[in-house]
Amino acid sequence: MDPAIELDGLERRYGERVALTGVTVSLAPGATLAVLGANGAGKTTLLRVLAGLLRPHSGTARVLGAELPGERWKVPGQVGYLGHEPLLYRELTGRENLTYHARLHGVDGSRVEKMLTAVGMERRADEPLRDLSRGMVQRLAAARSVLHDPPLLLLDEPRAHLDPAAAELLEPLIGRRSGRTRVLVSHDVEGALAEADIALGLRGGRQVFAGGVEPAAARELYR
Amino acid sequence: MIATARTILRKDVRLELRTKESVPAMTLFTLTVYVLFHFGLDRDSLDGELAAGVLWVTLLLAAVIGVTRLFAAEREQGGIDGLLLAPVDRTALFLAKAAALFLFLFAVEVVAVPAFALLLLGPGLGGALPELLAILVLGNLGIAAVGALVAALAAETRARELIAPLLLLPLLVPVLIACAQATEPLLRQEQGPEDLGRWLGLLTLYDVVFVLLSVAVFDYLLED
Repeated sequence: MDPAIELDGLERRYGERVALTGVTVSLAPGATLAVLGANGAGKTTLLRVLAGLLRPHSGTARVLGAELPGERWKVPGQVGYLGHEPLLYRELTGRENLTYHARLHGVDGSRVEKMLTAVGMERRADEPLRDLSRGMVQRLAAARSVLHDPPLLLLDEPRAHLDPAAAELLEPLIGRRSGRTRVLVSHDVEGALAEADIALGLRGGRQVFAGGVEPAAARELYR
Repeated sequence: MIATARTILRKDVRLELRTKESVPAMTLFTLTVYVLFHFGLDRDSLDGELAAGVLWVTLLLAAVIGVTRLFAAEREQGGIDGLLLAPVDRTALFLAKAAALFLFLFAVEVVAVPAFALLLLGPGLGGALPELLAILVLGNLGIAAVGALVAALAAETRARELIAPLLLLPLLVPVLIACAQATEPLLRQEQGPEDLGRWLGLLTLYDVVFVLLSVAVFDYLLED
């Protein structure tokens, strides 16, 4: 079976600054990759490249069979992205936001109701986001990220702002039980390694390790 | 593509109705400028070229406010990423943004044009309304096409409030000339020769060229 993600010598720069270089990793369909590293290590940049939001500058990157950047047009709709920003409008309600994204993805409206229930937001679905807590907005953002049932999930600190009950609620959608291929960025080293099949360690945009790793070795990235 | 554009447009109109960030600001700006002209020119009424110039320069400057705010929600709340992650034709985004700006301009003009007539116009608009409406529609179309393009270009820059007017206003000079020239006979005290057809033709040509040009290049503006 072809890998869901295959990177070889991936490099991405912002002007003169190298944000990622020499990233080489392969991820099987249905598996989870934990991406670890301190602030500024290049984790979010990697997710944005995989989502097709940033173009790689050298090396090869293949996501769900699409070669980036040439076949980047194949990626939208195949990826669920849950990042630092919820990608939802503060003045719209949860239902309006999800309905908007459902229409963009060509998804039936009934899926919106299903997702609102799945994230436990059906009772607050008609309140504008500005009136909701950050945790509630994060739940809606999680619903948005899987609204179109994507085979690949890119998760950047997905449990940030969530209480334990909410984190448990989202588990079937974005957790290991979702059955999706996942790339998970987290500063919770033990937690991320526990739910990952392989890990990628980054420091200053450079790959330190890729594959299996002990938590003690992974924690070295933060020293 | 049209269905997607409609979805984005509906969202933009809903956001504007809730936030009231663009249209009220544009309207208030327009009314303020007309009041300033009323006192600054120290004349009871304007007509002809001067009246047409004051009307259109003020509307173009108000459009700048709308253009700088056109991508604000996308930029500040990650809407662009949300759109780029969806399998949508980017042309739909251009069409929606241009349509939103067109509607916002029209909403401003519903208040601004009567206010202009009240504060600055001697003869009043009276029977010239159908012709003026045609000029406004074609003028708005040109402003909306160029405005959506410039807004997308400026949205990703840090100095967007500076870049938007610097790019927009020179590109809109042909619209200003055509709209002012077409409007001028309608605002004369005494009837004279009209060349409305010629200027409406020029506006139509400008609109077609810039809509097609914007559709052609809009994709590239959203590339990182």
